[in-house]
Amino acid sequence: MNEVVELALRMGDNCLILGHRVSEWCGHGPVIEEDIAMANVALDLIGQAQMWLALAGELEGQGRDADALAYRRDAFDFRNLLLVERPIDDFGVTLMRQFLFDAWHKLMLEHLVRSSDARVAEIAAKAVKEVTYHLERSGDLVERLGDGTAESRARMQAALDALWPYVGEMFASDAIDHTLAAHAVAPAPETLRHEWDTLTGSALRAATLDIPDSDFAHLGGRAGRHTEHLGYILADMQFLQRAYPDAQW
Amino acid sequence: MYAQMVQAEGMKAPEEMDERERAFQARIDAGEKIEPKEWMPEGYRKTLIRQISQHAHSEIVGQLPEGNWITRAPTLERKQILLAKVQDEAGHGLYLYCAAETLGVSRDELNAQLLSGKAKYSSIFNYPTLNWADIGAVGWLVDGAAIMNQVALQRTSYGPYARAMVRICKEESFHQRQGYTIMMKMAFGTPAQKRMAQDALNRFWYPSLMMFGPSDKDSVHSAQSMAWKIKINTNDELRQKFVDQTVPQAKYLGLTIPDADLAWNEEKGGYDFSEPDWSEFYAVLKGNGPCNAERMAARQKAWDDGAWYRDGLMANAEKRAERRFAAMPIAAE
Repeated sequence: MNEVVELALRMGDNCLILGHRVSEWCGHGPVIEEDIAMANVALDLIGQAQMWLALAGELEGQGRDADALAYRRDAFDFRNLLLVERPIDDFGVTLMRQFLFDAWHKLMLEHLVRSSDARVAEIAAKAVKEVTYHLERSGDLVERLGDGTAESRARMQAALDALWPYVGEMFASDAIDHTLAAHAVAPAPETLRHEWDTLTGSALRAATLDIPDSDFAHLGGRAGRHTEHLGYILADMQFLQRAYPDAQW
Repeated sequence: MYAQMVQAEGMKAPEEMDERERAFQARIDAGEKIEPKEWMPEGYRKTLIRQISQHAHSEIVGQLPEGNWITRAPTLERKQILLAKVQDEAGHGLYLYCAAETLGVSRDELNAQLLSGKAKYSSIFNYPTLNWADIGAVGWLVDGAAIMNQVALQRTSYGPYARAMVRICKEESFHQRQGYTIMMKMAFGTPAQKRMAQDALNRFWYPSLMMFGPSDKDSVHSAQSMAWKIKINTNDELRQKFVDQTVPQAKYLGLTIPDADLAWNEEKGGYDFSEPDWSEFYAVLKGNGPCNAERMAARQKAWDDGAWYRDGLMANAEKRAERRFAAMPIAAE
């Protein structure tokens, strides 16, 4: 079923691109503990990307492995959410993006653990353990920094406001999602929204933050229409593979 | 070695020592470990703080040249290995700062010394990483040179430092093997890859030799540190050991060490080799290496940009403590 390839690409590309963004913090975090934690999250995400993209390559049957998919596709073949390609900006934006994504990621994986496709279920079972911890950490920090100083609250609120237009895409279902849902491979993303609102709402309220009153959502990433940022991520990430296509690394 | 030219304080001849100092030296001579709350000469404490913090700063600044290639690592596996390595370095920095804290100095104070330029870090991290083989060369040569010193420091007299070294050495030797694996891939790869490997070796060879510090004849601070077992081997001993270990590895890779005078000396059972340009070494220590300004600017920016985060967490911790206190029955009365 081609839709499973799409699912694996969507999950894998989210992990790959977010992992790339998070890894940009290496050596530049606000405290050493954050350098260590951010590297850990990036490592988990890159590891998950490897599993999803390997599955996508295998099911696609064109002889592409995870590296070929990561390093030899152009932007319009990437299937990640626009949210994860946003620049890292300040640490508040990085943390808020992580929190908004982690909450979605955890709910998605919890459903995928019960997927009718055993290979999908197996990857989800490995990933959900890591992502549960990611959410615990990002949620805790969002709460603390929201309810910290006036400045930390202002930064977290600004981050939430800036990222809110990228939340809706996580729950926008298309024909591929509906086919996957009909075959019990994956939930339709729209069905996760209520749970996500509950999960994030309690943390954001504890953080004393105001949830933006807008349904507007930028869409397109899951169909390969990205922001300008993705091209630069790929130029950076794919440089060696593109410049030296005959090399083994 | 990540600690270069650590100035030792309070060198005293045995006849100048008081009874406590003589007893302290006797314990060190007997191979005993000194633990945090025990009495120690002020010079020993200050010298250790200087050395441990220089080592910690080196780990932290050392994240930058390798971090430079994380987003450009050529495969997902290489990216993971590099991320894990840079993460280990942050971890080493953290336990070394903790070891220094047992001597009565806070991490924030040490960080302030780094940013003000008062404290130093290893000269090696002021060199740039310019091609992917540099990531291999840093693991192979830089971690290789660091291990030479750190293996011996597992026997250093100060307990917390010695114990930190045990763990650090395990990880560093793993890093060195990973670095060498990258070098093999590059040296045995396409002509373009081999060119990158040779270029990396050309640039990192002499800076790696400098990591051991100046020649023994010019190293004025060693004697006291060696008496205290804060330093175990001399700079020249370690440098020789490093060269003897590394030359055959370069030969196996088919790479040329950039030293026309490198030759096996049967009589001493080691290689004769050219000294690095020490004027370059002193220039780098003074701040004039290719990347000093950028490395310090990056650390300063991380510190400044992180202020609101650190303040926010502190404010939250205080609020939580107050709420807990207010919820206590006695406080409510």
